[in-house]
Amino acid sequence: MSDDELIWRIAGGSGDGIDSTSQNFAKALMRSGLHVFTHRHYPSRIRGGHTYVEIRAAGHEVQSRGDGYNFLLALGDSFARNPQEEAYYGNEEIKPLSENLDDLREGGVIVYDEGLLSEEDVAELDLEKRAKENGWHVYPVDLRSLAKEHGREVMRNTAGVGVTAGLLEMDLEHIEDLMEDAMSGDVLEANLEILHEAYEMVGDEIEVEHDLRIPTGEHETEQALLSGSNAIAYGAIDGGCRFIAGYPMTPWTDVFTILSQNFPDMGGVSEQVEDEIAAAALAVGASHAGAKAMSGSSGGGFALMSEPLGLAEMTETPIVLVESMRAGPSTGMPTKPEQGDLEFVLYTSQGDSSRVVFAPGNIEEAYEQTRLAFHIAWEYQIPTILIYDQKLSGENTNVDVEFFDREPEPDLGSTLTEEELREAAHDASGKFHRFEYEPDNDKHVSPRSLPGQKGGRYLATGNEHSPVGHISEDPDNRVYQMDRRIGKLEAIREELDEEHESNQTYFGDETAEYGIITWGSSQGAVVEAVSRLNESGHSVKGLSVSDMMPFPEAEVEEFLESVDEAMVVEMNATAQFRGLIQKELGRFGDRMTSLLKYNGNPFEPAEVVEGYEVNIADEDREPTAQVRIEPAAGD
Amino acid sequence: MSAFNAIGEEREIDRDEYTPGVEPQPTWCPGCGDFGVLKALKQALPEVGKTPEEVLTVTGIGCSGKLNSYLDTYGFHTIHGRSLPVARAAKLANPELEVVAAGGDGDGYGIGGNHWIHTARENHDITYIVFNNEIFGLTKGQTSPTSPKGHKSKTQPSGSAKTPLRPLSMSLNAGASYVARTAAVNPNQAKEIIKEAIEHDGFAHIDFLTQCPTWNKDARQYVPYVDVQESDDYDFDVTDRREAAEMMYETESALYDGTVLTGRYYVDEDRPSYQEEKSAVGELPDQPLAERYFDDDAEWERSYDLLDRHK
Ligand SMILES: Cc1ncc(C[n+]2csc(CCOP(=O)(O)OP(=O)(O)O)c2C)c(N)n1
Ligand code: SF4
Repeated sequence: MSDDELIWRIAGGSGDGIDSTSQNFAKALMRSGLHVFTHRHYPSRIRGGHTYVEIRAAGHEVQSRGDGYNFLLALGDSFARNPQEEAYYGNEEIKPLSENLDDLREGGVIVYDEGLLSEEDVAELDLEKRAKENGWHVYPVDLRSLAKEHGREVMRNTAGVGVTAGLLEMDLEHIEDLMEDAMSGDVLEANLEILHEAYEMVGDEIEVEHDLRIPTGEHETEQALLSGSNAIAYGAIDGGCRFIAGYPMTPWTDVFTILSQNFPDMGGVSEQVEDEIAAAALAVGASHAGAKAMSGSSGGGFALMSEPLGLAEMTETPIVLVESMRAGPSTGMPTKPEQGDLEFVLYTSQGDSSRVVFAPGNIEEAYEQTRLAFHIAWEYQIPTILIYDQKLSGENTNVDVEFFDREPEPDLGSTLTEEELREAAHDASGKFHRFEYEPDNDKHVSPRSLPGQKGGRYLATGNEHSPVGHISEDPDNRVYQMDRRIGKLEAIREELDEEHESNQTYFGDETAEYGIITWGSSQGAVVEAVSRLNESGHSVKGLSVSDMMPFPEAEVEEFLESVDEAMVVEMNATAQFRGLIQKELGRFGDRMTSLLKYNGNPFEPAEVVEGYEVNIADEDREPTAQVRIEPAAGD
Repeated sequence: MSAFNAIGEEREIDRDEYTPGVEPQPTWCPGCGDFGVLKALKQALPEVGKTPEEVLTVTGIGCSGKLNSYLDTYGFHTIHGRSLPVARAAKLANPELEVVAAGGDGDGYGIGGNHWIHTARENHDITYIVFNNEIFGLTKGQTSPTSPKGHKSKTQPSGSAKTPLRPLSMSLNAGASYVARTAAVNPNQAKEIIKEAIEHDGFAHIDFLTQCPTWNKDARQYVPYVDVQESDDYDFDVTDRREAAEMMYETESALYDGTVLTGRYYVDEDRPSYQEEKSAVGELPDQPLAERYFDDDAEWERSYDLLDRHK
């Protein structure tokens, strides 16, 4: 737990502008040369309910939320706005101060809005005593009155940011710039005034007693602050995607929205349709007719897509689907992350499935693997699924802008031109042998035609079919077609191993005795935990796996063979990923223990460290965090 | 040079071009009404100047879904109830394709009901032919959404307690801009209606009465039928919603009393198709998406330019 980092938590009621305020503040921190990582906690409702955003900022790289935090800005009330109409509008009281004290680190700083909390409220909290015990520095400021005086009450967020900047001795320059970009006229004037006034209160009216200051840092290259959803949407754009169909469901809606907003300007088509069955079926139809198409949803909506997904497999129609997990089963916890849909995504839909599944573990992987998903889908005529979760979807972090500077790849893969079709095999009636490949084609792919092309006529069908596309139950043909479809997975594995940098991420000391394996968005917390463990004298290395199907057997096997023991970290209750490893490798059950968390909050690095200490280093104690340890199968 | 030379090709088109070679032979039962649809389509398509390669027929599952196995166009035999979303998207990806969707009454009015209502509502420029045999054919005779009340089947042995759905009225209310009913026993009218439907810009729904002699034992052969446009007994304006609605209501009630009325019921040439509406708000590109991928000069915007707002 380094001291040279700021973890700023802004807390209030949802709908109070916490999100936009924190987004801007995070950007200002990034612009001042820091690495940032945001974590958002919000309840599943439109207004009201306690919400907070954490921004972790440091001079060094940060890949995860931290453990706890060291600066609390408690504002927002979410009371009914109109007291007479409480009965209709709700009168819930949010307590941003009391609800956030548990995770505040020793020596931390608290700024709370005096204008919103009565003296009794504060007395009830026993704040003075707790502050003394924990070494907290508490600054009550009447942010509301300050905001009201120069503008409107809702601008108290700005006042809070101003006080924060003052207390941290932070330059206002970047915050001002961002405000100027976002607003104009009287609103801008008022906000700037509030910002300055609040900033100057520090020193004038508020006496600073703490040591926490803004960390220093410098970026050598230009940075951009973006979320996993941004990265997936941008990966799709650069992968040539120009058709998206969907039905809203949190958290998939983010990707859907970003593409819907950008497509009109780039000649793409976005369709919001009647349900998820339709959404995925539209992707299939658009792809069949020649567009690079995508759809997606979250667990419940993805369940409905299982039919068109199978249709895409059987007709060998390339599509990309995204599955943004949230806690299940059923509607579950709509705004909470979980990695509980892995088995569902791998195996849903009838029959022997032939699909590709990638699980990016961070924002850069999300962009890269989305591009790759489009490439693989169109090259191999197979549905490709990106599975990620609410955490990766919503967290923002800074990425080197140059990282995204790549040429788009609109290539339709194994799709023939009319000239090529002229040379292709046809039967007497002029039908093109769509589902037949030349024996020397080790990709197991038979190139396709598009409706409207001359000489490419064929029938695509979800029934088993002959090379021309006629429905067929001939046993020999069935085996030929099945082998051809399934065979693609092996060919894809080969291409992934040979032509691309591994999608798997390794970290820690290569020669270490112990391993931690994880997948998807738990990566960040594990990376950090591994480096802390090594710093404290343990010998640990980590592997974060992204290829779920086809599985990178060789890489995972090699990793497991090189360690005495491994802990598999994932956010679900049934150890789904560990199960996948055992299924794919057929052994190692006695070498892997699991660290599981499924309470709706992502792992903090300290929990992984603790899991390791209890689990592997055999410290004789129960883990204190809300995690569960499942012993190795051989125990 | 275009990547889709079959589109818009003008030449003399032989009906036989729509018939696959020796294989596959239709597996429909003798006397099945589905033959009538196949025949009418084979006649109508060349007459509207469509070559087999510029037509995409999208079907669902059922005896009816086999239509494009026996019709030699580009075809997509999809899954039960999902022909419309697939068809809609194909048309959006390449508006120059002639897209015809087809399926049974179970497929279209039952499991695919939601898609039907919304495709009509949005008025997609596609033709939709529903083989209405008032029964599930392929799964052997269960009650369908258009089976008459009291209809006995293995799954409703005491007779269905459900009132049949009114497909024409439903389509009109949902927003279809062309609604007609024809019957397999009326080949000339069927052909003419299909031609009109294909040429219509917007969602053209044809409720196509097809007898199923195998499972609907007391199957009405839908004879004698009355062509409402030809008969002096009916006088209504097909462009008037209200008159069309009344006529549809009467037609749908009469069917279950044994009177088969067919014809065009509603034609709205003024309502823009979904493709036109979407273009008008700037959400459908001028060039077909599909075409653009083959266009070497096409500009492909990249995400890098979007990063400014993240800096
Ligand atoms: C999801 C799904 N449910 C059920 C079926 C089984 N099924 C196949 S065809 C059919 C009914 C077809 O009836 P209809 O649409 O009226 O067509 P017909 O066979 O009468 O032409 C059913 C229920 C299926 N294939 N898929
Ligand atoms: S079962 Fe009925 S609908 Fe199906 S082919 Fe036979 S007659 Fe036609």
